[in-house]
Amino acid sequence: MTTDADVRAEIIDTVRRFVAREVIPHASELEHQDRFPTAMVEQMRELGLFGVTIPEEYGGLGLDLLTYIGVIEELAYGWMSLTGVVNTHTMAATLIIHHGTEAQRQRWLPIMASGERRGALSLSEPDAGTDTRNISCRAQRDGDEYVINGTKAWVTNGETAGIVALAARSEEGISAFIVEKEPGPQFEGISVAKREGKLGYKGVETVQMAYTDHHIPAGNLIGEAGRGLPQILSVLELGRINIAARAVGVTRAAFDAGLAYAQQRTTMGKPIAEHQAIQLKLADMATRLEASRLLTRNAAERKMAGLRCDVEAGMAKLFASETALEVSMDAMRIHGGVGYTTDLPVERYYRDAPLMVIGEGTNEIQRIVIARGLLARALEQGTAS
Amino acid sequence: MNVVVCVKQIPDPVAPGALDPGTNTLNRSGKLIMDDSDNYGVEMALQLAGGEGDEVTLVSMAPGGETSGLRTGLAMGAAKAILISDEALAGSDALGTAKVLAAAIARANPDLIVMATESTDGYTGTLPVQVAELMGLPSVTFAKAISIEGSTIKVERQTEAGFDEVVCPMPAVVTVTAGVVEPRYPSFKGIMAAKSKPVENLTVADLGLDASQVGSAGSGQEITDVSESEARGSGEIVVDEGDGAQRVVAFLEQLKVI
Repeated sequence: MTTDADVRAEIIDTVRRFVAREVIPHASELEHQDRFPTAMVEQMRELGLFGVTIPEEYGGLGLDLLTYIGVIEELAYGWMSLTGVVNTHTMAATLIIHHGTEAQRQRWLPIMASGERRGALSLSEPDAGTDTRNISCRAQRDGDEYVINGTKAWVTNGETAGIVALAARSEEGISAFIVEKEPGPQFEGISVAKREGKLGYKGVETVQMAYTDHHIPAGNLIGEAGRGLPQILSVLELGRINIAARAVGVTRAAFDAGLAYAQQRTTMGKPIAEHQAIQLKLADMATRLEASRLLTRNAAERKMAGLRCDVEAGMAKLFASETALEVSMDAMRIHGGVGYTTDLPVERYYRDAPLMVIGEGTNEIQRIVIARGLLARALEQGTAS
Repeated sequence: MNVVVCVKQIPDPVAPGALDPGTNTLNRSGKLIMDDSDNYGVEMALQLAGGEGDEVTLVSMAPGGETSGLRTGLAMGAAKAILISDEALAGSDALGTAKVLAAAIARANPDLIVMATESTDGYTGTLPVQVAELMGLPSVTFAKAISIEGSTIKVERQTEAGFDEVVCPMPAVVTVTAGVVEPRYPSFKGIMAAKSKPVENLTVADLGLDASQVGSAGSGQEITDVSESEARGSGEIVVDEGDGAQRVVAFLEQLKVI
């Protein structure tokens, strides 16, 4: 369903005001201390951010993907880490929406929509990142339970989440499960084995989670046993549009910072914005920003229309993330020495950008996804003619 | 309890403003937003009218049937709105606007009327007391805290020296200053609900007013000339030579800030 344009604009504007007043003044300090933004997340919950795409009949808002990416862009404009809290939650919820039974939807979606329980998505392992078929975490059926054993890697929100969408190997193959737990470093057979220290994307935790004989009800299997991988990969399409929207937000923040500084900073008797060397940069930065936003919007519109969008989501993720990396560097060049200091947020944009290049499928993988998608479509068209 | 909040819908301050060259009045033809100063009035009203059966009604006068700003207040939690929009209102001065708002407010039969101390585009600051006078109601200005006690309100009224405690019978008009409460952000659910909340559209005739009393026809003010404000000076740089603190204190004393 398409969201009313006025409602969409008002929601995005509200997030913009929230970010300007509540996020930007505190983001750098929290980020430098690598502290979880508890107060901000609580305010995000009150706004309704955890139920944006969850249908209204399950307590969500049922807003469309264009509204969602607008919200994500605004959050990333203030602090990219905040989007990580929402994105993984939304992907876990989307897995339940698309592949859960009605009883599972009734059970988990309302508490996720209200933000009472936040979600995480746990696919990767130390030896299974891009190569998802290498997953070794095991789910052994034991009566009306599954027993989980193994280690999962790069779990965003792993510690603070109450619901984890988990990919594990059962007898039938890789299956998707919902693991309910209490937020914290340890719960029954689940423990945080390692908190990753990161270049950027700080504040929100990225952890290794170890499962040791952890029992979950058999009813927590999502969809058909052995079909977990395609189910989770279909959610990753949304994840890639998410990442592209994050990248657009970071790029816009870096560009705005560069544009403002170029007008303030004077060298050789005039603002540096009047020097052609800076103007060329500003023009390229703005053009790439605009292209990133349009590619992201295009992918979202295709997904909303129910069209295949693996190619478009891949293109948006690839281009927007590379742009975030380049534009944040350009913004730092415009700032010169002061941009390299921790006094200004430009250095944060520069450290946050690589996450989008690497996360949710590296850009190398994106190129392969795009190429294979294009070839598949060519083949389909050839067959049709 | 019924509380009315007057809400001004103004051109977005982020966009460059422009004057109508014919009338020298502010061009209001584009999208309007709720004046930021009204956030405090709406929030205060929502806090005061938080009980069972309580209701907050927004009242606004704006050209072109504009409701964008009203929707913001409705999204925050107000139940309904009254909008007066009429071509005859173009060029209204503060008193003309007060006549229209007073007539519209009376229809809602409120126990309390909350307004911002002044708008951020006009800054006349005269409207609230004019409305009170026209309605024959008491008014309390510069409220920094309001509490309801039976059929009276108790207001802490900001003064230069501190604050006065004012007790006043209801109905009454109260103006609130910016910062007295922390305005809530409209929740996404509130934004969606606001779309279907009732907005009563009224004209000058609906209020029983004569067009000659309002708009430029009824305006007692005339803008004869407009000039650019003086460019802001560069300020004075004080180099601290051990006496920085004293000089800052002297400067603030000169401004009568301390």
